[in-house]
Order: sequence, then C-alpha cells, then structure tokens
Amino acid sequence: MVMDITFEKVGYTYQKGTPFESRALYDIDFDIKDGSYTALVGHTGSGKSTILRHLNALNKPTEGKVIIGDREIVSTTNNKNLKSIRKKVGIVFQFPESQLFEETIAKDIAFGPKNFGATEEEGVEIAKRMLPLVGLDETYMERSPFDLSGGQMRRVAIAGVLAMEPEVLVLDEPTAGLDPKGRKEMMDMFYQLYKEHGMTIVLVTHQMEDVASYANHVIILEQGTVVKEGPPREIFQNEPWLESKQLDVPATVSFASRLEERIGLRLGDIPLTTDELADQLVAHLASSSIEGGDAK
Amino acid sequence: MMEKLIFGRYIPGTSWIHRLDPRAKLLSTILFIFVIFLANNWQTYLLLFIFVLTAVLLSEIKFSFFINGIKPMIWLILFTVILQVLFTGGGEVYFQWGILMLTSQGLLNGVFIFCRFVLIIFMSTLLTLTTMPLSLTDALEYLMRPLIALKVPVYEIALMLSIALRFVPTLMDETEKIMNAQRARGVDFGEGNVFQQMKAIVPLLIPLFVSSFNRAEELATAMEARGYSGGEGRTKFRKLDWSASDTLVMVVFVLITAALVFLRN
Repeated sequence: MVMDITFEKVGYTYQKGTPFESRALYDIDFDIKDGSYTALVGHTGSGKSTILRHLNALNKPTEGKVIIGDREIVSTTNNKNLKSIRKKVGIVFQFPESQLFEETIAKDIAFGPKNFGATEEEGVEIAKRMLPLVGLDETYMERSPFDLSGGQMRRVAIAGVLAMEPEVLVLDEPTAGLDPKGRKEMMDMFYQLYKEHGMTIVLVTHQMEDVASYANHVIILEQGTVVKEGPPREIFQNEPWLESKQLDVPATVSFASRLEERIGLRLGDIPLTTDELADQLVAHLASSSIEGGDAK
Repeated sequence: MMEKLIFGRYIPGTSWIHRLDPRAKLLSTILFIFVIFLANNWQTYLLLFIFVLTAVLLSEIKFSFFINGIKPMIWLILFTVILQVLFTGGGEVYFQWGILMLTSQGLLNGVFIFCRFVLIIFMSTLLTLTTMPLSLTDALEYLMRPLIALKVPVYEIALMLSIALRFVPTLMDETEKIMNAQRARGVDFGEGNVFQQMKAIVPLLIPLFVSSFNRAEELATAMEARGYSGGEGRTKFRKLDWSASDTLVMVVFVLITAALVFLRN
C-alpha cells in the first residue's frame, strides 16, 4: 500500500481550554511521499517534535487533518484502532535508549512485534534478524540492555522500532550525543534501510551535513509554520536566508562560498557532500592547469 | 491526562493572597484544619464559609479551580458522609434497618462532614494555587526550626521536599515521553481489563525508575560540585518577609477562633 502522509491545514494547541493553553502549530500543509527521504529542520521550539507525534497519531490535530496512508486523523478521531497506524509508522524518539525495560535485549526488541500480535517464537526470530541490521550480533540476545554502553543501548532501541517492520521510519535527532564515528555509522544504516528496503524516512535533525547527504526533500519550520520546502540543493542555495532563520548550511556549501568570497573562485553548483566538493575542486584544478598551460 | 492534575499547581498572580508571606499562609492553613473541628452548628459553619470564600475571592483565581480540587476526593467524601449518615443515632428516626438508620441528627452530621471536607480542600487548594512550591518549603523549614533542638534533620527534610517538588514536572514530562515511545511500540494505556492495564504499566515504570535513579545520582554530583555541604549556615536567595498584612491574617484568625468558641453549642 502507498504510505503517503499528508498534512492539511493542521493546527495544534497544547492543553486547549486551560489557562496553560499554548499554540504549537499553525496551518501546516505538506506531503511526505511514499519512498522519500524527508528532512524536517527548524530552530528549537519550531514545532518539529509536535509534528512528529502527528505522524503516527500520538497527537491528533486540534484543527485540520492528517492523512496517513488510507487513514484520516482529525480532532474527533476515536483513540481506538490507531494501532494499525503505529505499526506502519515507526518512531525513534530522541534518546530512545530511555524506552528500554526488558530483562534481555531479545525480549525488548520483540516487545513491539508482540504488541502487534507476533508469537513468542516469531519475536525471537525477529530479534535475531534485527540485531545485525543495527550492527550488533547474536551474542547480545540474552544480555541485559542495561549493561550496554550508551551507543549500544541506542542501537537496541532502534532495533526495537525496526522490529515492527514499519513502512515509514521517523527519526528524531537519532545521532544526538553519539561520537562522530557512531553518527556516521548510524546515518549510513538508515540510508541503507531507505535504499535497500525501500523504507520511507523522515529525519528531524540539526545536522545540515546529514540533510545534504541523505535527504531528497527538506521542510523548514519556524514558530509552528512551514516557511520553505524543496530539494536540498534548492534550500541550501540561499545562505543568508537560512542564517536569518538561525539555520546553517552544510560545511561543504559554506566552504565553497568562502572560496568564492576570498579568491573569487566559482565552482558551479553548490556541493552537497565532501565527495561532490572534492570532484569539483579536482575538475577545477584540471581545467585551470590546462588553461595555464603549465601541465605536464 | 497529566493536564488534569490540579493539586499542587501554582497559578502565578499578584493578588493580595499571592503576596502574603508563605509562613502566614501555611500556618493559617494548618491552624484552619484544627479550628474547623470547633464548628458544630450552622452559625459556625456559615462563619467559616464566609471566611474561606472571602479568601478565595481575594485570590482572584477562577472558582472552577477550587471545584476541580474537590473532584479527585469526591468518592472519599461521599463514603465518609454516607457512613456518618447511616451510623449516627439521635434526633428523629426516619428509617431503621438493623444497625443502619436514618435520623435527623445523622443527616445533619452528614451535611457538616461534607462542609468540613469542602472547606479544608478549598483552603489547602488556595494555599497551593497561590504559593510557589519552593516558598512553601521555605516556610516549612522556618516553622520546623525549633525541632532542630530535638535533632530532627530539618534542613535535609526541607531540601528533600523542594527537590521532590522541583522534579514533579520533570517526572511528568518524562512519563509522557516514555508513554509516547511505548505507545509507538503498540502499547495501549488505559485500555482492556485491570490485568492488561497493570501489565501495560510495566514498560512505563521500569524506564522511569531507571532514569530517576540516574538523575538522582547526577543531581547529587552536581550539588557537590557546586559546594553543597548540608544546610547549616546556608544563606537564602529568597528572603521571607513578614509584613503587616500577614499579622492581620493571624489576628483575623484569632478573632475567628474566638468567635467559633463563642458561637458553638
């Protein structure tokens, strides 16, 4: 089934009808297409986390509607029968290691599938399959999740979400607090899920390098509204505008623009990854050495 | 669901009641709970009602907040009232079945017990709605000071209280976060029979305990790193300030107590 997620004029107010009422979202409209890799970026407090909880109906919009696959969620939608949505849209929350609770890693990974009707044996089998996916091996099955390092706990928690075999995987700053190597490994793992398993990915992040390297669609939020939407190449074109929204451009893009500023060198299209930047530099050096005539 | 929790929630404001010294408010609330037992006829209850409603009005807080304070207690109140009504003898007997009876005295007692509950809840709700939890612990610490002579660890008790109060919202946030994470993994909270609901609590409670213990340890380290070494000789950032209105409150209280002694049967 096609799992598009569509927001139509979505508004959300916390604690509606009390003196503590606070509005988090205004008139949100966007599409997350099936099979896309969408990045959700915005300054702290821009409403990213609130949107995230709408993606699997943990929050229901107070105005407008959210369409998840073939289900329509409005403010009056009954809280029952939302489980089928939660199975299709898996969310890895910030610091997901805090959700671990079982005695063994295998049991914790199998917790989700069992809630959706898997048997004990199926659960064990799924856990066995999920561990290598997150870079751990079978020897971990019977260990306690509380004996692991922070990074390993995070991997187990992510395996626990992947175990539900969702069609859409939502990631809320999945690499926060990890070392650079762990970050790279984890982001590559998600990209593999996207490429090889055809999973739709929604990534909430502050790391513009990750947005540039992996996403094919970017949604920028500010104070509860969508202020810009498009492919990363288009988004990162306008550095001053991003700065005005307190957002960065990837290091490669800022490298290229500094290069132009300092020595007047224009490389062409903005480089989204270090590989792209390297290629452009090599191409430039090659062509300039031919022009200069001092090549061997 | 967490949003409905009203007990202990401070509502910021600048009313006369808000500005009273927390010691005056705490002291009068505690005294009130004793004094209310002096009331035993309609004149005395009327007097107390006027006193409490005046205080409520002065606080400039919507009346519905006080009604909400009663809601969680309503079953306890009704249970107590029904026991009073059914087991109190005296006066005219309307109905009798074994040891159960319905008498005029019993009904009157039921009404009085109900009033007593409502008044006490209003008064304590007023205290928590108009006083910051931290001021409240400051006041408690001050009032408990004489106990230091009896080797009661007053500073430590006050510190434990303020830490506990400080972390109520944090714990609630944490609860909500973990609940969301487990709901995303297919847990239904508050659905199914009692047994299923108890089982659903386990994946919530264990992570909460784990994170609370971790947090306690981190907090202790952070406090020691900033030089905390017990309450002895510690100065205060928020100074308590007893003013004329606080004295006035205490005087009114003495007058009311005298009036109650005079008016009661």
